Amino acid sequence: MRLYSAIVAGGIVGSLMRWLVALVLPAASGGLPWATLFANVTGCLLIGFYAGLTGPDGRLFVDPRTRQFAMTGICGGYTTFSGFSLEMLRFVQAGDVRQALIYLGVSVAAWLAAVWLGDIAARRLNNRAGL
Amino acid sequence: MGDLLHLLIGAALVSVGAAVGTPLRFLVANVVSQRVGETFPWGTLVVNVSGCFVMGLIGAYATRHALPGNAEIWLLVATGFLGSYTTVSSFALQTLALARGGENRGALGYIALSVALCLGAVALGFAGAGL
Repeated sequence: MRLYSAIVAGGIVGSLMRWLVALVLPAASGGLPWATLFANVTGCLLIGFYAGLTGPDGRLFVDPRTRQFAMTGICGGYTTFSGFSLEMLRFVQAGDVRQALIYLGVSVAAWLAAVWLGDIAARRLNNRAGL
Repeated sequence: MGDLLHLLIGAALVSVGAAVGTPLRFLVANVVSQRVGETFPWGTLVVNVSGCFVMGLIGAYATRHALPGNAEIWLLVATGFLGSYTTVSSFALQTLALARGGENRGALGYIALSVALCLGAVALGFAGAGL
């Protein structure tokens, strides 16, 4: 039950962050949905970094509940696959297949690059002596 | 004052949706992975595909009723509930884990399945809402 409370709390924080990003970066007509892209990419960077830092070989020890709060809660609530998919559908419905393909390619490449970079950064930090 | 009130109501709606969507993702992903095993991230896949289907339904509703992005039902169901239910960060982290584990085919398969099924689901939901 305390695990679920932590996940709910993290999910609320992450979702509010995503909503705030959308308020700050409103969609310009004809452009890419930058708000969703920004939230998803930074969320991937964050989860890669945090997972690496708090994993078995990580230098930061956190209890499982804190880990779920941050990863399942905050990162999971902050990023969204359904918002991305609906935006893809809207491009296709508008007949803008080219923009849809650009959004798809940029999104998937940037998500994976971000989680990889976050992981690399955490490994560097884990392997550094001292600190 | 009116703006602040709207902002607070919006934050409350997003939070309520996230308080349901986030733990539901955790629950569904766990139930699925316990049933079919954890060598492949079927749990997150089921979560994302089902969330995208419902996003198609509400997307069609929003189009039909010309809902603005700050409509109360949209903030509750799309931004809060579905946004927090589906996740890109877990998807990216699982893809990285497959690739790091030497399962390149698994990683590529996971990417292809997620993208194809999520986009198919959102289109199906959108079309299904009109029936």
